[in-house]
Amino acid sequence: MADIFEILTTLGFWAATLRIVSPLIFGTLGELLCERAGVLNLGIEGIMTIGAMAGWMWVFQGGDLWTAVLFAAFVGGIFGLLHASFTVYLGVSQHVTGIGITLLAVALSSYIFRMMLPEVTTPPKIVPFQIYEVPLLHEIPFVGPVLFSQTPLTYLALLLVPVVWYLLYRTPMGLAIRMAGENPVAVEAQGIDVLMVRTAAVVAGSAMMAIGGAFLTLSAFDAFYFGMINGRGWICIALVIFASWRPGKALIAALLFAGLDALQVRAQQVGGAVIPYQFFLALPYLLTIAAMVVMSRRTAYPKALLKPFRRGDRI
Amino acid sequence: MNQNLPTEDNSATLEEILKLDGITKRFGNLTANDGISLSLAVGEILAVLGENGAGKTTLMNIIFGHYVADEGSVEVRGQSLPPGSSEAAIKAGIGMVHQHFTLAENLTVLENIILGREPLFSIRQKLSAGRRKLRALSEQFGLDVQPDTLVGDLTVGQRQRVEILKALYADAQILILDEPTAVLTPQETENLFATLRSLVKKGMSAIIISHKLNEILRISDRIALLRRGKLIGVVDAKDADRDQLAEMMVGRKVTRPKTQSLKAGAAVLKLENVSTSGASSSEDLKNVNLSIHAHEICGVAGVAGNGQNSLADLICGIRAPSSGSIELMGKKLTRFDCRTVVKAGVGRIPEDRHAKGIIGEMAVWENLVSEDLRQPPFIRGAFLLDKSAGCDHAASTIERYDIRCPGPQAETRLLSGGNLQKLILARGLSRQPRLIIASQPSRGLDEGAIAYVHGQLLEARKHGAGILLISEDLDELLSLADRIAVIFRGQLREIPAEASHDIRQIGLMMSGQEAV
Ligand SMILES: Nc1ncnc2c1ncn2[C@@H]1O[C@H](COP(=O)(O)OP(=O)(O)OP(=O)(O)O)[C@@H](O)[C@H]1O
Ligand SMILES: [Mg+2]
Repeated sequence: MADIFEILTTLGFWAATLRIVSPLIFGTLGELLCERAGVLNLGIEGIMTIGAMAGWMWVFQGGDLWTAVLFAAFVGGIFGLLHASFTVYLGVSQHVTGIGITLLAVALSSYIFRMMLPEVTTPPKIVPFQIYEVPLLHEIPFVGPVLFSQTPLTYLALLLVPVVWYLLYRTPMGLAIRMAGENPVAVEAQGIDVLMVRTAAVVAGSAMMAIGGAFLTLSAFDAFYFGMINGRGWICIALVIFASWRPGKALIAALLFAGLDALQVRAQQVGGAVIPYQFFLALPYLLTIAAMVVMSRRTAYPKALLKPFRRGDRI
Repeated sequence: MNQNLPTEDNSATLEEILKLDGITKRFGNLTANDGISLSLAVGEILAVLGENGAGKTTLMNIIFGHYVADEGSVEVRGQSLPPGSSEAAIKAGIGMVHQHFTLAENLTVLENIILGREPLFSIRQKLSAGRRKLRALSEQFGLDVQPDTLVGDLTVGQRQRVEILKALYADAQILILDEPTAVLTPQETENLFATLRSLVKKGMSAIIISHKLNEILRISDRIALLRRGKLIGVVDAKDADRDQLAEMMVGRKVTRPKTQSLKAGAAVLKLENVSTSGASSSEDLKNVNLSIHAHEICGVAGVAGNGQNSLADLICGIRAPSSGSIELMGKKLTRFDCRTVVKAGVGRIPEDRHAKGIIGEMAVWENLVSEDLRQPPFIRGAFLLDKSAGCDHAASTIERYDIRCPGPQAETRLLSGGNLQKLILARGLSRQPRLIIASQPSRGLDEGAIAYVHGQLLEARKHGAGILLISEDLDELLSLADRIAVIFRGQLREIPAEASHDIRQIGLMMSGQEAV
């Protein structure tokens, strides 16, 4: 117990937590945006994968890092559009379409990677984003090295939380998105195109997910591996529920999971002799499930989630 | 009866604001609107009258751009509206209060109203300006609502005010109200009509749909009658009378059935000193005593929200009493759950058709058999549902209760409002319950259907059922009930026999004033 306490006071633990949390923030906010508009996006795992691949490939082909981020977002948006055209315009099952998108995007990532680099055996490396120390701020003791010596994409992730919050709660588009997730008929009765609103939310959300994937190849690591998303997309879906569909809570939820993950790696080294390491690996997931059960019992979920809206249908 | 009614309406004397020309709308092989031409003048209130399923809502949805008409056009001030665009309809000054409200419950009143009234892609929502405008509007028209409460916390009457404010906020010139009074108390209806009159005086025009003929005659200038999708005539309200309208609408003479006196039998329900807790203080029952006998209809009058729901829930086993005892068919009730109660022979006609009544995504036959699922003939073997038996049963029920729908397999949510109500009624009565809890059974029904429902209730009474009739419609209560009790703030008081036809007396008790 005392050991765990000690871990919590180390710089390394907190810096690692912020690194781990970055892709989760992108993914969770992206999923949150989709679901707030009433569309479950199970394509997230695949969209993160193809975002990781696309971003990396862009740089490997000679592009620079920031345009790589944009390119990943663009590719993610395309897959979002695909998801929206099936679920929003055709009203096909959101579960089935989402799983399909994931399978397609994962397979396509490997396919393109193999096709463009048929020869390679070990994944080639690129020069990823470097740590950017924010002038002055990074000298603040403890907080500085944790919060202000990260790669730019981590700052972007943290910045995205208030941005998404502002979008949802302070702009007309955000109101339309929230209402489309509650009662699409009410949106139409106000003269707004529900299908357009939902599509916009799904495309923007998917672009965020893809940036989350690209974080792994452009910031956390320097190469693309198959299966490197490793269930992060699914975790994001759980975190959205945990966060009761609120951006602020989504940050807390993601931080909690990332913290547990960072702790788990370190606790393995301390307690690995007594307790099997698999237990530590499972720990963040177990605690997330437990927290979800406690937290999400009385949350107000978007009432029209999973419900297709068809124009000209009975009101 | 005057058969030479104009079927085209040419009242072009006043300035015309809205014109429908040859509107036709088909759903599959059902023609919901058949070549309807109508016009609306500035400052006029036009009522649209018709049976359940006549196509009234469909027509309004076409005007408002929810549906695209197969033929015909809608013109506002001589400009034709692009079909299928609510945005264009709103821009042209049309506001609609839907039969089933279109509000998001988890959002505030202001948010519900302000959406769509500023450019979608602006960077900042001008909430405080919106709040100011909303406050000014509610003051100007006496429509009192708090901008920042959640819509989910509002009563039905308040929600309707929000819907009207939504239209006013969008500067509507033409207000369409689809059965606005179906869910209102008499007092709320008066307020609504006062509001309507003041709006019209300011130069607005309105179209109102209602099944309550007295209301229509009182509020409207002209009345358009629809039957099975066709416009069968437009009459001036001042020349029309109730019976004539009812006959034109249904196509035959309707008379509400009369009750005949029967000797009451054994008690089927006995409540002794029953109280409930858990609802709001005016909804919780307080020391209620009530008994209902076979061959008897006991009416409960009262303004909505005074404990009617608690009473119905209690008897149907949804809510347990906090004290007191309940006897069903002479046996004391110890377990409070729906199945026990349904088995004991209680049938319910719930008030809120959407929440408690039906599952819209399921087929008509599935909804019709859903209370008898565990019994033959609907069950085959140990657990298989017999679809053809269900469909047969549904087909005969549909026929018997005159439910207008494409067939047993149709999706239930496609039915018109009144036909949904008939479906629920059919399900409740077809199993011949010994105690019937009917909450607002004729809400939203047309004259013909009301006569039918009343006939069915009286029939059930004749066959030995005891009926608890909860209604806000005093005419209904007076014509059906053997005894009337008034519910107010959870207290139930029976009206002495000699005063049981004194409307003034009942009205006073409904508002909580002592009997004089
Ligand atoms: N989207 C739809 N798809 C299929 N059928 C529909 C649809 N909308 C309406 N209908 C059918 O069209 C007919 C007219 O329905 P509508 O809702 O206009 O009736 P109404 O006159 O408003 O009746 P009520 O008084 O019961 O509300 C009904 O038979 C209904 O089942
Ligand atoms: Mg209707």
